[in-house]
This record gives sequence, C-alpha cells and structure tokens, in this order.
Amino acid sequence: MKQRKSSVFLSYLILTLAIVAIMFPIYYAFTMSTFNEKEAYSFPPKFLPSVHAFDNYVKAWETVNMGRLIFNSSFIAVTVALAKIFLSMLAAFAFTYFGNFKGKFFFFTVILITHMLPLPIRIVPTYELMRTFGWVDTYRALTIPFFASATGTLLFRQLFMTVPSSLSDAARIDGAGPMRFLFSVLIPLSKTNVGALFLIEFTYMWNEYLWPMIVTNSNNMRVVQIGIKMLLASEAQAAEWNIIMAGAIIAMIPPLIMLLLFQKTFMEGFSLKEEK
Amino acid sequence: MNSRFPNKLLPYLLLLPSVVVVIVFLIVPTIQSLYLSFFRVSPFGDRLIFVGWYNFTKLFKSSDYVDSLMITLIFAVFVVIIGLTVGMLLSVLLNQRLKGLQFYRTLFIWTYAISPAVAGTIWALMFSPSSGPVTYLLKTFFGAEVNWMMDGRVALLAVIIAASWKMLGYNIIFFLSGLQTIPQELTEAAAIDGASSVRRFFRITVPLLSPTTFFLLIMNTLYAFFQVFGLIDIMTKGGPGDATQVLVYKLYRDGFINLDTGFASAQSIVLFVFVAILTVLQFRFAERKVFYG
Repeated sequence: MKQRKSSVFLSYLILTLAIVAIMFPIYYAFTMSTFNEKEAYSFPPKFLPSVHAFDNYVKAWETVNMGRLIFNSSFIAVTVALAKIFLSMLAAFAFTYFGNFKGKFFFFTVILITHMLPLPIRIVPTYELMRTFGWVDTYRALTIPFFASATGTLLFRQLFMTVPSSLSDAARIDGAGPMRFLFSVLIPLSKTNVGALFLIEFTYMWNEYLWPMIVTNSNNMRVVQIGIKMLLASEAQAAEWNIIMAGAIIAMIPPLIMLLLFQKTFMEGFSLKEEK
Repeated sequence: MNSRFPNKLLPYLLLLPSVVVVIVFLIVPTIQSLYLSFFRVSPFGDRLIFVGWYNFTKLFKSSDYVDSLMITLIFAVFVVIIGLTVGMLLSVLLNQRLKGLQFYRTLFIWTYAISPAVAGTIWALMFSPSSGPVTYLLKTFFGAEVNWMMDGRVALLAVIIAASWKMLGYNIIFFLSGLQTIPQELTEAAAIDGASSVRRFFRITVPLLSPTTFFLLIMNTLYAFFQVFGLIDIMTKGGPGDATQVLVYKLYRDGFINLDTGFASAQSIVLFVFVAILTVLQFRFAERKVFYG
C-alpha cells in the first residue's frame, strides 16, 4: 500500500521519539555505571559515558559475589524452564492422544487452576511447607514448586491437536508405541513452541524476586535479583549509584541475550490464538 | 480428533508429575491459606486459636488495609491504561511495512526482558532527589522541586511509570502478534474507499484487535496486582509513609515481618477472590479459540 509521505514521516518521528524516551533510562543506567563517585553525584547530571566502567563492574561483582549469584539464577531459570516444558508436553500428550479417559476433565481443571493461584495467595503456607520438607535455602525450594505450567500445557495441547492424525495412524501401523511417537514425531514438530516457552519461563524465573528473597538466607543461595537489593542495602549512607547500576546492567544481560536469540521464534510461537 | 493410542494407564502416568506439583505446591497451600485465615497465632506462637471471621472484619476496619487497597487500585488502573494505550499505538505504528522497523521492534520489546527489580532500580536512579535526570529536567524546565522520597504522590507516580515502562515490551509483543491476524486487505480496501488512517484505526484495527486487548487487560491487571513486589521493594519499600504500599507488599509485611499469619492469610484470600473474578471474566469473554476442544 502506498502511503503518503507525510504520514510515513510522522510515523518515523513518533517512533523515534518514543524509542528515545523508552531507551533513555537504560542508556542512563549504563552511563552511570561508567562514572566515578564524583561524576555520579554531579549536578547537573552528566549524560555521556566516562571511563570507570571496569572498576565499577569489578566492585559490584566482588561486593555481592556475583559469579555465584549468576550461577544460581542461571541454574534455577534453566532447570525450571526445561522441567516446565517437559512436564507440560507430557500432560498435553495425555490430553490429546488417549481419547476420553476417566477423570480427564478433572485433571485438566487441576492443571489450569495454576493460573488462579499466584504465589502471594499461598505464600505463607508454601513457605511453611518448605520448612517442613527441610528445603529452605536449597535449590529444591527455588525450582520444584514452579514445575507445573498451565500455559505450556495449553500451548502444546493446541499444537498437538493440529497434528494430522495420519501421522499417529502411521506410527501405530508401524508398531511404534506412544512414547516413541511423542519423542520422534511430536517433540521435533514443537520446536517453535519450545523456543517460545523457554524464553518466557527462563525470563520469568531469572526475574523472580519475592520467592528467592523469602526462601533463601545464605549468601551462597542468593540470586542475581537479590544481589541488586544487597548492593542497594550495602551502602551505609548515600547510594553508590555507579556500582548499583553496574549490578543492574549485569542482571539484565542474560534475559536480554535470550530475547534477542529467540525473538523470531517467540513472535511466531506465541501467536497463541492463531490456528495454524 | 487425533487417533488414539489404546493404553489405559499411560495417560495417568503422563499427567502424574504436573498434577502432583500442582496439588502439593499450589492447591494444598491455598486451602491452608483459607484455613489459617480463620485462626490467630497465640501470643507465644505455639498454637492456633480459632477466631471465626475476625481476621476479615479486622481487614476492612483497618484503615491501613483500605488505604493499601485503594493505592493498589489506583496503581493498577494507571498501569493498565498506560500499558494498553501506549502499547497499542506504538504497535500499530510498528506494524507498518516501512524500512528499518524490524530494528525498532527489537528495541521496543527490550523492556520485556528487564525484571521488575531492575526496572525499579533504574527508575529510582531516574528520580533520585539529588541528581536524577527526571528531577533535573523538572527543576530546569518547570522550576519544580520534586522529592519522591518525601512526597507520596510523586512516589506513586514514579512506581506507576516504572511498572508501565517495564510492561511495555510485553504489551507490544502481544499487540504485534495480534495485529498479524488482521487481514491487510481489509485496511487496504478501507483506504481505497477513502477512510482516513484515524478512522481505519478506530473502525477496523481497534475492534479486530479486541481479543488481544482483552487478554492484555487481564495480564496487565494480574501484573499490577502480583508481580510488582520487587519493584516496590527496591524503589520505596511501600513508603513514604504507606503511600506506595500495594496489597502484595502489605501481605508480605504482615506475613513475614509482623508474623501475623492469620491476618496475612485473610489478605491472601481477598487476593484470591480478585484472581477468581479475573479468571472467570477471561474464560467467559476471551476468545474461545484458545481453549477450543
């Protein structure tokens, strides 16, 4: 469609202004992470990067033992994302390839109910449960309670329903069992959705704050998000913004890399509502 | 309908892991929340005393709680309105077939990857009373002295801005994928018939995009209620005074700092009622296709 030049120009203008406004806080956070203490507190504020980035990042890294925190966050995010994908695939497979077995609707409701029970609704008893299990301050507490995924189950169920039945017919005629069919036919067909779901769940867990804060207490078990809180709190007097921002930049990089890697898959795999 | 495998036991085994996780870590604790909301912990913390509806009447008599509820509603309304309108407008502009927009799209969805805690940190810096850019701009251009650490309304505004900013990437992602489903021929035909772009936006795009908008309305509301804990904790800790103490923050304080388990559980149950209403709305009005059988 031909568009009038003025409207094209206006679109670019609005989008460019919007991008400047939206990216500015990130830019300024980065700029701050390159300042020394004096530059960080200058008024009027400075808006061009300085040369002290290395010192700040090293200091942020050492103050909160960032290496360990990054390991913890990564381990938790990857474990939860993979477990959610796998468990929800199994569940979706059960819902789509075994007819109307007894209790199907009940189990479907049970899994969907996950949507209705965000953590704050059950936070005190869930924490008590962790104490009962002896899971406080362990990876188990940080991962296992998150393993169920209603989103994933719905996503894979919808995908599996659109797979032509000739495929499963052929598999049965060839004598392939259901598990074989799941692993050699359905899973390879699900790549796009797996990518989209991995990005969502990885980001979700990497960014989780409340639960890790409550359920961990040793410095070895802390996660990156809590590391930022520790950087903020470690200052006796005024906030050392240059160090804190170095920490914030470190914390935002891994999910950002994931987003850039999976962006295309994400946009395709998560147009949930389209029938493909 | 897919053809079936004849196995009788296998579907149950496949469902077992998910169902066990949901029951043990979600359903049972929720029922316990409900149970605990009718009890009070004894002064020595060693036993539970049944108190009937006491925790709930205490909730709605407590001005702290009612204030927190109002703050949450104001916060949520602004976050949702800003998120949906800005998100939709930018997405429509981004959805045009113009050079370089792929690059723009990538930048616009960045904030999706940023955590509420990091968003809070960055905006705390932006609003920093001593040298933050926002403070500086307001002072230079409007002569206004704002200090969000002293002024509750400024603090609320700051957390609203931070929370909406963080959610913008998510909203744009879903609006863009919703826009993909609107047939290009429709808007083109309308353009040929002489409909202005503003008219096309309101008469074609907005109605056809309504399933996505509705989905995002629910998701943004849930976000504003439940996922902003990190942002609040980093930026204001509910202050100054209680000016930004949203419900989840109050719940955390009462449950884990004041150790008032029964009172916190009653708050959990009120939150559950909110989610239940939202979920019912979602199932009633959201596009059926998502769940079509």
